[in-house]
Amino acid sequence: MAYHSGMTDSLEDMIACPKCDALHKVPRLDAGAQARCVRCGTVLMAPREGAMTRIVMLSVTALVLMIAAVFFPFLELSVQGLDRKSSVFDAVLAFSDGLMLPLSFAVAALIVVLPITRFVALIYVFAPMALGWAPAAHARAAFRLAEHIRPWAMAEVFIIGVAVALVKVAGLAQVTLGPAFWAFVGLVIITVLKDNFMCRVTVWQTLNARSPS
Amino acid sequence: MSGDGMANAERAQPVLTARAAGLVGCAECGHVHPLGTQTCTVCGSRLVSRDMASLQRVWAWLFAGMVVYIPANVYPMLRTSTFGKTSESTIVGGVFELMEHGSYGVAFIVFFASVVIPVSKFIAIAYLAWRVQRGKPGTASHFHMYEVVEFIGRWSMIDVFVVAILSALVQLDFVATIHPGIAAVSFALSVAFTMISANSFDPRLIWDAPEGQKV
Repeated sequence: MAYHSGMTDSLEDMIACPKCDALHKVPRLDAGAQARCVRCGTVLMAPREGAMTRIVMLSVTALVLMIAAVFFPFLELSVQGLDRKSSVFDAVLAFSDGLMLPLSFAVAALIVVLPITRFVALIYVFAPMALGWAPAAHARAAFRLAEHIRPWAMAEVFIIGVAVALVKVAGLAQVTLGPAFWAFVGLVIITVLKDNFMCRVTVWQTLNARSPS
Repeated sequence: MSGDGMANAERAQPVLTARAAGLVGCAECGHVHPLGTQTCTVCGSRLVSRDMASLQRVWAWLFAGMVVYIPANVYPMLRTSTFGKTSESTIVGGVFELMEHGSYGVAFIVFFASVVIPVSKFIAIAYLAWRVQRGKPGTASHFHMYEVVEFIGRWSMIDVFVVAILSALVQLDFVATIHPGIAAVSFALSVAFTMISANSFDPRLIWDAPEGQKV
């Protein structure tokens, strides 16, 4: 509901849209309902039943899949009796000679390190709350970190890159998909599911409400 | 400009902003504080009613991104050697190669991710920043432009990942080897710089003008 100047509420009852600064009165929402900004349509609140438990579960699953995705063979290439297995780890090391070394680090960060950091941070923030405890120390800093990393965790972009690469080598050699490929696909689906469960403003309000002050 | 006409139509529903109410809203968590508060009590973020300095960061990163986009297109992205013959291909060259193979769909994806998205991002960010500086009224369509730019930027990284995967996979000694070219580095930098540029933009600035307030 849009805020009108005639209302007299304390600051706790108000919320400003992070994207357009429109003032709103904090609505009382049932689980499953959604509140959007009247001006720009940004989702302001989206409380869901058991959301925290689900985020923790999905993050743990994603972490396990990530470990599988990194170390199992990702793609296997065979041409004229020659065989080449490659893992995500090899893809990261592709740029490791000379000038390209910084790019190697960047690719490692984008497809492995940052997604893992994000999963760990989210588990750290939500696991204690899902169990009904007070948030862990520095939970706020951890969640802020997770939100800052969000655009830079590019696992799903990487999967599309793999698809394009497959088409490019298809004429050259026969390519077999390894177990790590499917682990990575699963990882992407779980990441998307998890992000759908998370509403930033709702999380901050919950964190605030549950923190001992 | 057509956008200005729409602004009048959408102004029919006036909205009270936190700034107009003498408050400052947190850009991270939406919590409202009295004007002059430095850090958000809920999430610990720095509080700024309108981050005008953000425009300088936006322009700086945008120019950096545009500059490194040039070598990304001029220099080769991939060096392929098959049976002793070495060929180099640039971003656009790679697209044509895919089309020759008949993979029009994939050629389209690569072209879209490595040419259409970066170029339209440069234009969109510059246009939005220019509007804000001129104090032009912003509308929902400008905000959606910003949202799309912010969302889509990371997808340009596709080509860098393709190069990484190909270079890792295609190492078959004499038969075929693929090595990354220097353009991969400048293209990755270009995508990263424009992402930082878009992330620096304070979207609240887009809306300000219709209310006719200046800070």
